[in-house]
Amino acid sequence: MALGYEAWDSERAAEIIAELKSHEGATLVILHALQEAFGYVPQDAIPMIALALNLSRAEVHGVFTFYHDFRKAPAGRHVLKLCSAEACQSAGSDALAARAESTLGMTLGETRADGVVSLEPVYCLGLCATAPSAMLDGRLIGRLDATRLDALLVEAQR
Amino acid sequence: MKLKIFIPRDAGAIAVGADEVALELELCARKRGVSLEVVRTGSRGLYWLEPMLEVSTGAGRIAFGPLTPGDVGSVLDAIAADGPHPLRLGLTEQIPWLKRQTRLTFARCGVIDPRSVEDYRVHGGYEGLERALALTSEAIIDDVIKSGLRGRGGAGFPTGIKWRTVAQANAVQKYICCNADEGDSGTFADRMVMEGDPYMVIEGMTIAGIAVGATRGYIYIRSEYPHAVEAINAAIAGARRAGYLGPGIGRSRHDFDIEVRVGAGAYICGEETAMLESIEGKRGVVRAKPPLPAHKGLFGQPTVINNVLSFAAIPFILAGGAQAYADCGMGRSRGTKPIQLGGNIKHGGLFEVAFGITLGELVDDIGGGTASGRPVRAVQVGGPLGAYFPRELFDTPFDYEAFAARSGLVGHGGVVVFDDTVDMAKQARFAMQFCAIESCGKCTPCRIGSQRGVETIDKIINGDRASQNIALLEDLCQTMKLGSLCALGGFVPYPVLSALKHFPEDFGLAPPRLQAAE
Ligand SMILES: Cc1cc2nc3c(=O)[nH]c(=O)nc-3n(C[C@H](O)[C@H](O)[C@H](O)COP(=O)(O)O)c2cc1C
Ligand code: SF4
Ligand code: FES
Repeated sequence: MALGYEAWDSERAAEIIAELKSHEGATLVILHALQEAFGYVPQDAIPMIALALNLSRAEVHGVFTFYHDFRKAPAGRHVLKLCSAEACQSAGSDALAARAESTLGMTLGETRADGVVSLEPVYCLGLCATAPSAMLDGRLIGRLDATRLDALLVEAQR
Repeated sequence: MKLKIFIPRDAGAIAVGADEVALELELCARKRGVSLEVVRTGSRGLYWLEPMLEVSTGAGRIAFGPLTPGDVGSVLDAIAADGPHPLRLGLTEQIPWLKRQTRLTFARCGVIDPRSVEDYRVHGGYEGLERALALTSEAIIDDVIKSGLRGRGGAGFPTGIKWRTVAQANAVQKYICCNADEGDSGTFADRMVMEGDPYMVIEGMTIAGIAVGATRGYIYIRSEYPHAVEAINAAIAGARRAGYLGPGIGRSRHDFDIEVRVGAGAYICGEETAMLESIEGKRGVVRAKPPLPAHKGLFGQPTVINNVLSFAAIPFILAGGAQAYADCGMGRSRGTKPIQLGGNIKHGGLFEVAFGITLGELVDDIGGGTASGRPVRAVQVGGPLGAYFPRELFDTPFDYEAFAARSGLVGHGGVVVFDDTVDMAKQARFAMQFCAIESCGKCTPCRIGSQRGVETIDKIINGDRASQNIALLEDLCQTMKLGSLCALGGFVPYPVLSALKHFPEDFGLAPPRLQAAE
C-alpha cells in the first residue's frame, strides 16, 4: 500500500461521493477525490458513482479508463515519474530512463512486482528550462543527471 | 535592521532547490541574529539562475544566483557588508536578459507576493477591472479588438471577436473557461503566470464575464501542475474575501465566480471542446464544429474559451493599454509573446518580447546556444505538433503568418533546442507515438494512422525498403492532415515531415539541397 493513503472503505467512499456529487459534471471531481483518499479507484467505486450521478456504469467506466491519471490498482509505495517529452529528450532523458529501468529492474510504465516502486513516464512537467525533470512522490526535481537520478532511485526503493 | 528577501515559490525554482535555500536562509539568519522578512514570489523566468534570491535595497532589488543551500551564509554576509560575492548578479532589473524584454504580461511575475491581493493592487492590479466596470459591454470588447490580441493558446484567433460572439448570444447562463491545460512540451508560461501572478488571470476572466454577461467561470488546470492549482485556489479565495469574486464584484451589480477543475493526464483535453467535455465530467473526446463553443459550449451554453495568457493580457489592455499593446508586434501579430526557451539550452527561461524577433536571435543570442556546448542542430517550435527547424530557417520571425508560411507553428511559444547528437528519425517517431498515445480515438486517420506512422518509421530506421516506406509515410501524413477532426491528428505531420525534409540523412537519405548549397 502506497504511503499516506487510507485502505479502501466503501462507507468512506460513499461520504466522499455524497459531498461532491452536486458539482456540475462531477465525475472527474469524484474520481480525483477517491484516488486522493485511497491511492486508486477500485472497481467497486464505479457503480457507486454511477448511482449517485444518475449515469450508467458504462459511462463512468468509460470516463475512468479514458484518463491516464486514474489507477485501477494501488501504485507502488513510491511513484517516480520521469518526463519523457521533447524538451527533456533534448537534455538526455532517454538515457536516464534506461538507467532507471536497469537499476530498478523494471520497465517504464510498470509497478515493480514487490510493490515498492512505480516508474512512470510523464509528458512535460512544465520544467523544460531546467530539463530533464522528474517527480518523486509529488516532489519536483529539475536538472536531473545520473548522480541525482541515482540518489532518487535509492530513495524510491526504501 | 530587517532584511526583505524574495525567493521564488515557482515550481521550476522549487525543482532546483528554492525551498532548501529558503530553509537555509532562515537558519543562517537566526544564527547571525538577522531579522528577515521573506516573500515567496513567482520566478523572474531566468531559470539557469534559479534558485535566485533577491534582496530589497534603496537602489532596488539585488539578485544572487544560482544558489545552493551552501551559498546562503556567505550571501547573507555579503548583503550585510554590502560587499562583493561571486554569485551577485547586481540589480535584477538591470540583468541584460531581463532588461531586453518587453514585459507586459510578466511585469509582476517574480516581483509581487502571489498570495496577496493587496500586493497585486499596489502593483496596478484590478485597475483594468475598475475601468471595465465603468464601461459598457461593447466598449470593453472594442478595447480588446483594438489591442489586436489574438488567442495565445495556439490557434491565434482574435480574442475580441470571440467575446463579441458570446456577448451577442442569448442565454440565461453563459460561461468563461480558462484553458490551463498547457500540455505542449517546452511550454511553461501559463504555469509561471498562475503561480506568480494568479490574480491577473482571475481579473482577466472576470472582465470577460462582465463583457459577455457570464457569471460562472472554470479554470481547467492540468494535474501535472499541483503548485499552480494551489496558487489559483488561494487567489480565488483571496479574491472572494476582497469582494472581487462572488456576488456584486467590486460593489457593482455584476456577479462572477470561478471554480478550478483539474485535468487527469490527457493531452487532448487542451483542445477546447475536449476540455469542455472533461469539465462536464465526460471522456475528453473532441466535438465536431459547428456549433462553435461561443454558441453552444459548456453544458450547451455560450462559452468564452481562452488560454491563460490571453486572459492574462486583458487587465493591461483594459487599464488603458489597448493602444500600447497594439503598438507592439509585426503584421497581424500584435502585442507581446511570452516565449519559452527550453530543452538543451544554456540560458533557458521566459522571454516576453514583441512579435517579430527571429528564431536565430532567440536561440543563439538570447538562449546562448546549447547547454551541452555542442552545435545547435534542430529547434522544435510550438510543442509536439510544431515543426522542427534547421539552422537554415533561423531567420524566421516570430509571427503567426511567417511561421505558417514555413509549415511551422508559433503555437504557445515553446522553443526546444536540440544539439547535434539528436536523431531526427527518432524525433519523428516520437511525434507519431505521442499522437497514438494521446489520440481521443474519434477519427481513424489519427487513431490508427499514428500507429501505422510509428511502424512505418521503424521500418525506415531499420532500412526496410526505405524509399517505399518514406513515400508511404508522406502519403499517410497527407491523409492525417486532411482526414483529422482536430489539430492533434491534423498537425502531427508537421514535426514528422519537417524532420524528413530538413534532416533526410537521419532517415538514411541524401542530405538536403538546402545544406548542400552552402
Ligand atoms: C491537441 C490540442 C491541444 C491543445 N492544447 C491547448 C492547451 O494546452 N492550452 C490552450 O490554451 N490551448 C490549447 N489548444 C488550443 C485550444 O483548442 C483553443 O484554441 C484555445 O484554448 C483557445 O484559446 P485562445 O484563443 O486564447 O488561444 C489545443 C488544441 C489542440 C488541437
Ligand atoms: S484528430 Fe485525433 S485527437 Fe483530434 S478528434 Fe480526431 S481522433 Fe481525436
Ligand atoms: S518536457 Fe520535460 S518538463 Fe517539459
